[in-house]
Amino acid sequence: MTAPVPPSPAGTRSLRRARPHYGEAVIKALLFLAALVSVGTTVGIVVALIPPTADFFQRVGVWEFLSGTEWTALFSDPKYGVLPLLTATVLITVIALIVAIPIGLGAAVYLSEYASRRTRGIFKPILEILAGIPTVVYGFFAFAFITPLLQDHWPFGDPPEVKNALSAGLVMGVMIVPTIASLSEDAMSAVPYSLRDGAYALGSGKRTVSVRVVMPAALSGIVAAFVLGVSRALGETMIVLIAAGAKPDLTLNPLHEMQTMTAFIAGAASGDVSTASFEYKTIFAVGALLFLLTFVMNVISIRLVRKYREVYE
Amino acid sequence: MSVVGDPIAPPAPVPGRKLAGPRFRPGEAAFRWLLFSCLAISIAFLGVLLIYVLVAAWPRLDSRLWTNFPSIRRPERAGAQSAIFGTIWVISFTALFCLPTGIMAAIYLEEYANPDRWYNRLIELNIQNLAAVPSIIYGILGLGLLARQLGLGTTVLTASLTLSLLVLPIVIISAREAIRAVPQSIRQASLALGATRWQTVRRQVLPAAVPGIATGSILALSRAIGEAAPVIMLGAVTYVAFNPEGLGSAYTVLPVQIYGWISQSREEFHHLAAAAIVILLGLLLAMNATAIWLRNHYSKRW
Repeated sequence: MTAPVPPSPAGTRSLRRARPHYGEAVIKALLFLAALVSVGTTVGIVVALIPPTADFFQRVGVWEFLSGTEWTALFSDPKYGVLPLLTATVLITVIALIVAIPIGLGAAVYLSEYASRRTRGIFKPILEILAGIPTVVYGFFAFAFITPLLQDHWPFGDPPEVKNALSAGLVMGVMIVPTIASLSEDAMSAVPYSLRDGAYALGSGKRTVSVRVVMPAALSGIVAAFVLGVSRALGETMIVLIAAGAKPDLTLNPLHEMQTMTAFIAGAASGDVSTASFEYKTIFAVGALLFLLTFVMNVISIRLVRKYREVYE
Repeated sequence: MSVVGDPIAPPAPVPGRKLAGPRFRPGEAAFRWLLFSCLAISIAFLGVLLIYVLVAAWPRLDSRLWTNFPSIRRPERAGAQSAIFGTIWVISFTALFCLPTGIMAAIYLEEYANPDRWYNRLIELNIQNLAAVPSIIYGILGLGLLARQLGLGTTVLTASLTLSLLVLPIVIISAREAIRAVPQSIRQASLALGATRWQTVRRQVLPAAVPGIATGSILALSRAIGEAAPVIMLGAVTYVAFNPEGLGSAYTVLPVQIYGWISQSREEFHHLAAAAIVILLGLLLAMNATAIWLRNHYSKRW
């Protein structure tokens, strides 16, 4: 009836690759280059940090740097012990976390377990506003409002100094609340409902379900949020520069003026330090220490986030 | 109604025992109240902060703020014009540098990259880490590498480049989310009709993802506008009595100007700082409102 269809000349080739699209390859290469910019940034940071830091450690011993208790880098008789900067950084971080962890976690549990859709829709954006406020504004608020408030109503002993670690830490804590709240809430919302339903079926109340079931299940995500909060606090600059001051003393009294690592870097770099001088290199040595600390924190946080994602997705 | 003795009739309710309603648990109520107060404290803090800034700014919230240049000797007549123009210059170039790069990187990671390859995983990890690197470290990068080693000096260009590297991870992460939200079926339909991968991305995926990308970009730029720490290191000084004229120009930006005024001891400067903060917050609020409007107006449900 019908003539056999002659094999089309293209028949044997139809499944082969279409003609090469050179333009496609070029575009892919361009896009890849754009992605490499981020790797270049990290390389750039390391390259910017290493040579001056190496120069610094040729003159100052690593041990002297890490264990010295006096930091007078910009004075005529310089001493390069980073401990005063480090303790100030850690002290303010601890104060900030004492504020941020309970408030952030409480807000997260409320938003994830208790709030209705509508309430969440109202409160989440407000928390996000808190995260979007520039840190220079927080610094101004700490210095001009919180510090005088503390000085006027200080119940025990000597009131805080004009610049002090306490106000800086308190305000920084509020600044970190959104970070902790939103990451913890993500982790808790990712906990499957079957776990909650199981606990309810056994007669648990909402509080028991939140605290004994949801929080442990989301623990790695919650801890990741805390670690990220630590990293934020270690690296925060403007609040401490404005409210905590510029006096590198080795003290654990939060009512005193002190200088953090970030405040030293910003203060020294914005002053008239000549590029050729040794003072200029101290900026990079302190910067390298800060980068190392926050890098470790970030890696831990990323690992923990990945862990809870693997379990519940 | 039911016949007495009917086996399926419900048992008569026993007086005093009912299943309806849980009993009141004071612990539960207190816990709920405690959690809510965490949220309330944060919001009250925000409220007090905003009110305080407005009250402190009130004496100086007038047009001199944007018509005059800063002055050390006469705070009552000083303005922030050079800082406002500086901010516009720096942010425009930051957008110009970081938005194309960030969106291209996001397209690569979502549409082209094979996630099993080690280098692609490295890029992803690296972006996550960069997003949490302190901004002062970017200041060191800008100062040590861009300003000094590459010899760009402390100019508008250095500041824009540094800020674009700073917000690049945010742009990439939010653009990736927007691209990922476009359903796979759109891509498959396009590819099935013979379009190449780039044609698919260019004509189908990107147009659908534009609202999401725009929202994320605006939020990233509003972060850049508020940054002071890296810019302080890059030579933005407080008393610049002229507006920038080009990429190689000296400059100042609003957050740095605010910091400079806070550091002054005279009371008038604090009113001035608060007034500049009101301008800065107004700017950020406008940007955020635009972002939210974009998200609500153009977001598509698939």
